[in-house]
Amino acid sequence: MTYEALAKFAQQSGSVYFAVIFFAVCVYALWPKNKDKFDQMAQMPIDEPNDDAPLMSEHSGLEK
Amino acid sequence: MTNATTSAPLQLKGFGKPGSRPDILVVSVICVLGLLWAISAAAFSHDLGMSVLAYIFAGAFALGIFAISFAGSKGLLANDDSKYMDGVLKAGVIASTFWGVVGMLVGVIIASQLAFPEFLYFKELGFLNFGRLRPIHTSGVIFAFGGNVLISTSFYVVQRTCRTRMFGGLLPWFVFWGYNLVIVTAATGYLFGVTGGQEYAEPNWVVDLWLTIVWVAYLVVFLGTLWKRKEPHIYVANWFYLAFIITIAILHLVNNAAVPASPWSSKAYSAFAGVQNAMTQWWYGHNAVGFFLTAGFLGIMYYFVPKRAERPVYSYQLSIIHFWALIFTYMWAGPHHLHYTALPQWVQTLGMTFSIILWMPSWGGMINGLMTLSGAWDKLRTDPVLRMLVASVAFYGMSTFEGPAMSIRAVNALSHYTDWTVGHVHSGALGWVGMVSFGALYCMTPWLWRRERLYSMKLVETHFWLATIGILFYITAMWVSGIMQGLMWRAYNEYGFLQYSFVETVKAMKPYYIIRALGGLLFTAGAAVMAYNLWRTAKGDISVKEPLAKAQVA
Repeated sequence: MTYEALAKFAQQSGSVYFAVIFFAVCVYALWPKNKDKFDQMAQMPIDEPNDDAPLMSEHSGLEK
Repeated sequence: MTNATTSAPLQLKGFGKPGSRPDILVVSVICVLGLLWAISAAAFSHDLGMSVLAYIFAGAFALGIFAISFAGSKGLLANDDSKYMDGVLKAGVIASTFWGVVGMLVGVIIASQLAFPEFLYFKELGFLNFGRLRPIHTSGVIFAFGGNVLISTSFYVVQRTCRTRMFGGLLPWFVFWGYNLVIVTAATGYLFGVTGGQEYAEPNWVVDLWLTIVWVAYLVVFLGTLWKRKEPHIYVANWFYLAFIITIAILHLVNNAAVPASPWSSKAYSAFAGVQNAMTQWWYGHNAVGFFLTAGFLGIMYYFVPKRAERPVYSYQLSIIHFWALIFTYMWAGPHHLHYTALPQWVQTLGMTFSIILWMPSWGGMINGLMTLSGAWDKLRTDPVLRMLVASVAFYGMSTFEGPAMSIRAVNALSHYTDWTVGHVHSGALGWVGMVSFGALYCMTPWLWRRERLYSMKLVETHFWLATIGILFYITAMWVSGIMQGLMWRAYNEYGFLQYSFVETVKAMKPYYIIRALGGLLFTAGAAVMAYNLWRTAKGDISVKEPLAKAQVA
């Protein structure tokens, strides 16, 4: 494989790869079904009733 | 830690059985092997630099063995899962503050040496020259100050958002002391002229190997804590911290690939040469900016800004897009450091294009951070700590606007190798990294020492203004100086000769160098005010002029 061919392959496949990944991330982030989960996650730093001790039971009950 | 509920104080026997402590065994074995290596290296070393490093390592490992035995005999190594591991965080706050003031002070010294070359430089003491001190400043503020801030805030955030104690028992302490041993050996090496020769990767091969061990332990501790989390989800700040830890490991291993001249020599030869070396170095260098100075500190932003403002992050969806876009794009921006070099033109263009694309995730993140305050803007007036955090996000926006502009080849023709670059770096380093770190330290100190409030909010105010004015002096001086320098370098006279000799351009910059040193001095003074304030807070003092009842801000 010549240098030019390799460079061309890297450039074109890279463009496709990035476009696909970015599209997939946007779909995941904006998918309506995920909205509730993300809204819960956004509350995580400020929802902690007690910052002084870890939870000893399994879950905080955030998930429904 | 006296009421251990889950595990016995020190159980080395019964490795692998319930209640056993492999973490203590692993750390002890590392210390013993390290001590043996250090004694051999001290005995066989080929050069002064290696001897000095060997003696420091030997002392540190001996102290480590002594500390483990002592703490074990007092029952201090118990791991109580019903409490957060806050001791190592307190140590991290102290170390961050200490290295911050030291690293910034060295910066003021070398800035003064540029303005007044004889300042603190004596020909008999060659190690005080600019070339030796400069990496101490850069490593001191980036790796010593920034690194300790990242380690301690990441431990704070991962414990609180996973609602579980740190994984690894003694390992988080190993990460903390091991990392600070990297700092001490690296800085001592620089003074003795021991360096790996790659910018921002100056520690030599011995220190690099030690950092690798420490960093693996850091990754294990962080992943282990995520693994045993009590929350169903992993909060976005932890994604940023994890990206920072993993990427720095890869960057460190690849860019420092080298062959030592001998097992007992401080000198090693890089595995790369020529343009490959340059490309690897700036792939490393720019990703150190992207993942150490950006992703890690964005982790701070995504936890401490919402926490302090008592508002959820503006858009969690945006934070996910921000994360993935940022880490995938930063990886490719490095070639913009190598415009007009032997690097193939298309790779330069690639680096420039990705740098411009970076505008989007960077500004998305900035908007997400700033808009988190919507509905709480009044807190900016009453809470100087929140103001500091918000100012840092604003500086983040400013320097991530300037960076892509400078990566455009035509702009780079003017800016490259000039003080403009230095000014750009410092608007990011002082404005974004420095201010967000100060904000996080101001938050964490009262939380960790269980104080109602900082010693003095007025002193935070003082610090804020000292820092802001210092940054403005610094970056405006460097803009003027850098653009002037670039224009003078490319000026031709009517015969087609260069109009200015190099020394004329240096002479023209002197006033700006003085202003820059003054700006740095103000910024450092602000950090010293913070150190005093945090020390009084940790002691439990409350400023008599600001009694608790009056203050609204906890």
